[in-house]
Amino acid sequence: MDKETPALLYLDGVTVSFDGFKALNNLSLTIAPGEMRAIIGPNGAGKTTMMDVVTGKTRPDNGDALFDGSYDLTSLDETEIAELGIGRKFQKPTVFESHTVEDNLRLALKADRRARATLWWRESAAEAARVREILDIIRLPAVRDRLAGSLSHGQKQWLEIGMLLAQEPKLLLVDEPVAGMTDAETRQTAQLLKAINRDRTVVVVEHDMTFVRELGVRVTVLHEGAVLAEGSIDQVSAHERVIEVYLGR
Amino acid sequence: MLEANAIDLHYGAAQALRGITLTAERGKVTCVLGRNGVGKTSLLRALIGEHPISAGRILWEGADITPLAPYERARRRIAYVPQGRDIFPLLTVEENLETGYAPLGRDERSIPDDVFSLFPVLGDMLRRRGGDLSGGQQQQLAIGRALVMRPRLLLLDEPTEGIQPSIIKDIGRAIAYLRGLGQMAIVLVEQYLDFARELGDHFVVMDRGSITHACDRATLDEGALRRAMAL
Repeated sequence: MDKETPALLYLDGVTVSFDGFKALNNLSLTIAPGEMRAIIGPNGAGKTTMMDVVTGKTRPDNGDALFDGSYDLTSLDETEIAELGIGRKFQKPTVFESHTVEDNLRLALKADRRARATLWWRESAAEAARVREILDIIRLPAVRDRLAGSLSHGQKQWLEIGMLLAQEPKLLLVDEPVAGMTDAETRQTAQLLKAINRDRTVVVVEHDMTFVRELGVRVTVLHEGAVLAEGSIDQVSAHERVIEVYLGR
Repeated sequence: MLEANAIDLHYGAAQALRGITLTAERGKVTCVLGRNGVGKTSLLRALIGEHPISAGRILWEGADITPLAPYERARRRIAYVPQGRDIFPLLTVEENLETGYAPLGRDERSIPDDVFSLFPVLGDMLRRRGGDLSGGQQQQLAIGRALVMRPRLLLLDEPTEGIQPSIIKDIGRAIAYLRGLGQMAIVLVEQYLDFARELGDHFVVMDRGSITHACDRATLDEGALRRAMAL
């Protein structure tokens, strides 16, 4: 690699086209280590495609995507990128419904997953402690023995965020975590992500403005595959072009 | 008249609609506005029966249609123009229009002249495949297909999304014409405020699955509407 950057995630001039339609159009975006960033934008703004590029699901036609200084994300596959420490949570909760909350976390722990190691696995004291720690972070210690399928929608989302944490990622990408949540769950999710952000970098895509305000972090507005505005929620919501875009103009 | 009373809708455990109450009258356009992800499309899916509601009731022409399947609602002349059009790419334009015959009796199975007078391009391209049409032409085809079933309730989901300005004008003219006929109630879901404001009689703005603002053409306060839709 001939490029190095202090940013944890560095996108420069990234373009992705599908059948002539530019889902990302010369997108440049940097996320500093330890930052939490909210990304918003109307339909078709390129939010999902951006995350697809970062996780190796989509290859850009052009542009640089660097992680943690010098790793070139455009030349790595999805598994390699996950192992580098980028974890992604999709919008829909995908937990193992017929396992307990605790077992879901055990299954997600970063560990040797080869056949022999898995077959002879015994929970170590360190692993048990890590599971307890994550249960505390995601506020689910009281339901540790319940089947994940019996949790509320909000609790399932928190469990999956916990499973992401169990993989010890440096960067968490979280897609619309509060869609469908109650007001109380939405507030708790904001607190949860803030707690996680104390030692990890977080990028969260959301439509829910109550939640974005609650997070109180820097906001990037995407539109037509590029950055339209960036700043505090008050700055971007007063931005003339942003207002026009949200009114469909 | 359509009356949705306090409807909730869930996807699994996630709640997408919270106590939505909405009416739509014949000869009037009810606009449903709001940013993406606030529940506008879920509301239309509830109205056509594509997804069951978990609380509330939907009344249409005086009858409770809540338990009815989508095809039964179509027989009651509820027509839906989905976001993204969903035309059949391998069928010709004419065949696409004829799919609107499904809920009709044998004697009604013809394409109304209005379809071609509102959207002349459909007449010119009858033998072309739907998939070969431009996005704007496909949108016109999707509206035309809905009109084939002589709807008494027409539900339109963001008909201007990704469409070029000249065709947006044609679509606006078509909606104004249909409203003027006085034969159908129209529910227009939009994010394009200027377009909706020209056509609407009643307006509601949604956020987080609820209606957060409602007004009529006469009481419309543009600033309040814009604030309800903006960030």
